[in-house]
Amino acid sequence: MSLELNAITKSFGALIANDGINLAVNDGEIHAILGENGAGKSTLMNIVYGLLQPDSGEIKVDGKVVTINEPSDALAVGIGMVHQHFMLIPVFTVLENIVLGHENTSKVGKLKLHEARERLMKIANEFGFEIDPDAYVENLPVGVQQRVEILKALVYEAKVLILDEPTAVLTPQETDELIEVMKRLRAQGTSIIFISHKLREVKAVADRITVIRRGKVVATAQPSASQEELAALMVGRPVNLMPDKNPPKVGAPILVVKDLEILDPSGRALVSDVDFEVCAGEVLAIAGVQGNGQSELAEAMVNLQSHVRGSITVGGVEIVGKSVHESLHEGIAFVPESRELNGLIGSFSIAENLILDTHREAPYTKGFALSPKAVAIRGEEQAKEFDIRYQSIQDPVSSLSGGNKQKVVVARELSRPVKLVVASQPTRGLDVGSIEFVHERILAERDAGRAVLLFSTELDEVVALADRIAVMYAGKILAIVDATVSREELGLLMAGVKK
Amino acid sequence: MVFSNTQKRQLRLIAVVLLLLVVELWEFGFAKASSNKTTFGFLLGKEWVIIHEWVIQSTTGSKIFSGIGILAAVLGIFLVRSNKSPLPGTAIAGFSLLMSFLCWAANGKFIPMTGLLQGSLMLAVPLIFGSMSGLLCERSGVINIAIEGQLLAGAFASGVIASLTHKTTWGLLVAPLAGALISLLLATFAIKFSVDQVILGFVLNVLVIGLTDFLYKKLLIPYSSTWNTGPSFARLEIPILGKLPIVGPIFFNQTIIVYLMYAIVALISFSLFKTKWGLRTRAIGEHPEAADSVGIDVNKLRFRNVILAGLVSGLGGAYFTVGSVGSFSKEMTAGAGFIALAALIFGKWTPMGAVTAGLLFGFADNLSGTLSIIGVSIPSEFMLMVPYIATIIAVSGLVGRVRAPAADGVPYSRGSH
Repeated sequence: MSLELNAITKSFGALIANDGINLAVNDGEIHAILGENGAGKSTLMNIVYGLLQPDSGEIKVDGKVVTINEPSDALAVGIGMVHQHFMLIPVFTVLENIVLGHENTSKVGKLKLHEARERLMKIANEFGFEIDPDAYVENLPVGVQQRVEILKALVYEAKVLILDEPTAVLTPQETDELIEVMKRLRAQGTSIIFISHKLREVKAVADRITVIRRGKVVATAQPSASQEELAALMVGRPVNLMPDKNPPKVGAPILVVKDLEILDPSGRALVSDVDFEVCAGEVLAIAGVQGNGQSELAEAMVNLQSHVRGSITVGGVEIVGKSVHESLHEGIAFVPESRELNGLIGSFSIAENLILDTHREAPYTKGFALSPKAVAIRGEEQAKEFDIRYQSIQDPVSSLSGGNKQKVVVARELSRPVKLVVASQPTRGLDVGSIEFVHERILAERDAGRAVLLFSTELDEVVALADRIAVMYAGKILAIVDATVSREELGLLMAGVKK
Repeated sequence: MVFSNTQKRQLRLIAVVLLLLVVELWEFGFAKASSNKTTFGFLLGKEWVIIHEWVIQSTTGSKIFSGIGILAAVLGIFLVRSNKSPLPGTAIAGFSLLMSFLCWAANGKFIPMTGLLQGSLMLAVPLIFGSMSGLLCERSGVINIAIEGQLLAGAFASGVIASLTHKTTWGLLVAPLAGALISLLLATFAIKFSVDQVILGFVLNVLVIGLTDFLYKKLLIPYSSTWNTGPSFARLEIPILGKLPIVGPIFFNQTIIVYLMYAIVALISFSLFKTKWGLRTRAIGEHPEAADSVGIDVNKLRFRNVILAGLVSGLGGAYFTVGSVGSFSKEMTAGAGFIALAALIFGKWTPMGAVTAGLLFGFADNLSGTLSIIGVSIPSEFMLMVPYIATIIAVSGLVGRVRAPAADGVPYSRGSH
């Protein structure tokens, strides 16, 4: 089935998310849509899937204009979608998730699952998926949940399958498997729209690539194009994909973690048997698939976790048992995983957010009163130093873009005397320009002789920045390897396989 | 031996019960020995007689039941250790705990056991109606704090209409509509305008209490002969079943409203887990985006379910007036809507769980009433606390961590996530 989008335009207030987008997906083709976060890819796909209505433009399926007002309309013309955040109900079984919205019932209204079960198993066999229809989705690994999402579309005879950032949640091995699945689907005649900002994957699987920037189609490229060319198209200027890294000048150990264990409130171990050191002048990256204890470990560095056993010392001073305030003032800069939730107070001004940690010190506080003037002056200074783009320093920090928000967090954290920088997913959701800034800043801190502990689920980031890599799996550090390790080996470690 | 969290909780509960049993054995069996006899009555009306009444020496009874209870508790521990459900053990231990207490508390007195249980069911009826209403809402993702208001509106409307028309049937028909009217407000503001559902429900309660208080004072008191002298349903004994000893009078000699309650509970239990409507309702309460993505109109179904819930709790309100005393009195629901909410949570948002919890709360409530009526030497203030203490013990020991429907209380609109 072919799909054609003609001059699709959609705006949200003053923001034009899609500006006259044309796109043609041929029968049995894997068509990648490449673009940065916020370029308008998801908006476009939500329009195709009927979750949003375009302001103007038309959608053609096999040459005929179709109206898609609801997801059910999209399903009816053969368009299926696998969302970035899975549209599966965790407490339902696989089968229940498959039948939802397409239920067959007996005369008294009782659900009939038998036919759906047969159909599901038939299609699963056809595509070589192993699936237990009675397993509860919440108990399945993420990769398998994604299979269920794909099956959901196939059971209802989707001929065009939209995959929205499908690899964001997968291990490298699962990503490879997904790529195989996509090729198999293509072989059986399914067209696939593959949305991604990961150049490597796009190159590996796509037949054609459409690049979107700021709501507009800027180019159609072939997968033979180099990563640098694609990145430049995506960002609109030449991009340095690998930050320049000086050879490390490793000093004495700054951070020493020994026998660390972190428990949840019911006493279950989230992190256990963790031992490592980070020296001055080196970056230790903690890699791993999300949800293997990295978030908890990162928070434990500044005592944001309640049930911690073992020892964490920074420059010889024990951190465990101290307050967050005390730990930060032992010389730790902490860039939390979610800047919106934990890094900033959205309704506070930019200037106020920049002194959240030092507000009780002079000159910001005199006696018991805060001095707004001193706060504003400091804010402007720091904004200049860290290139934060703002209208007024008194604007709420929530009005800033993602990249500028992260700069506020980084500016605040690096303005104290720092021995150790803990950065958790520091570039998540940022545009390429901001990613470059954050990467350069992290390497600058390393070169200035600070110890850097980086938590990242992005393999590219880990490889680009780290001197050594520790892989976390199921709450434990599976191995600490040199940054020159092969991607395959890292991928296996992330999946819990240790040679 | 490593225990899971559930098992640890079960063991903790058994340990508490065991401790209480030992205390009872000592206190009631030995320390406070009394030569009085305790009489348990089992005959209520015209049911077939197996046992009329049972007389036992107070201390002997306490000793026997405490002993049985201790054995049952130990059995429970063994069941947990062999990875089985300790329910048989804990159930017997709990029952023995109660009986041992009753043998002591009612020494020299008469306890109408069948009457006690029948009264428990009667007190549980509004709780069960209320919790079914809450279930319908919360399983679809809308928090319903306004159950109290819906019950009260149902009680008021049915009382007044039955009084004006002299027909109980009209009262019964109008009550659900009154509840649905409150639901209409709840649904409109919560779903259409995304108002905070807890605050909204609270405000609706205040609204109904204020309105009914006002009308009661200005209309129902001065003109009570026309406005507030409604008839009430007579008990309807079901042939044969109603004659069964003990269970007959408790379950099968009730008013039509109670029989309607059985039907509603059965219908909801079946529909929620076995029908298309149920699957979709649970889906929109857990993950509305997912439901929307397969073509389910989330807000429409939520709206319908909230209205349905109003019909159920409104009907429950009728139980206060045409279902029992006939006339309306000020704030006569007395917090039943809130206890119903507790029953829903205690019952882990399942129909049977909520019913069990409702019955337990009803029993605790009625027990305290019965004991103060027969004149037990425990301060009545303490007896009034019993239901709530029972609630706290039960919730902490039995239920543990419960999980509400994931999207409970979160308004849904496209693109907001």
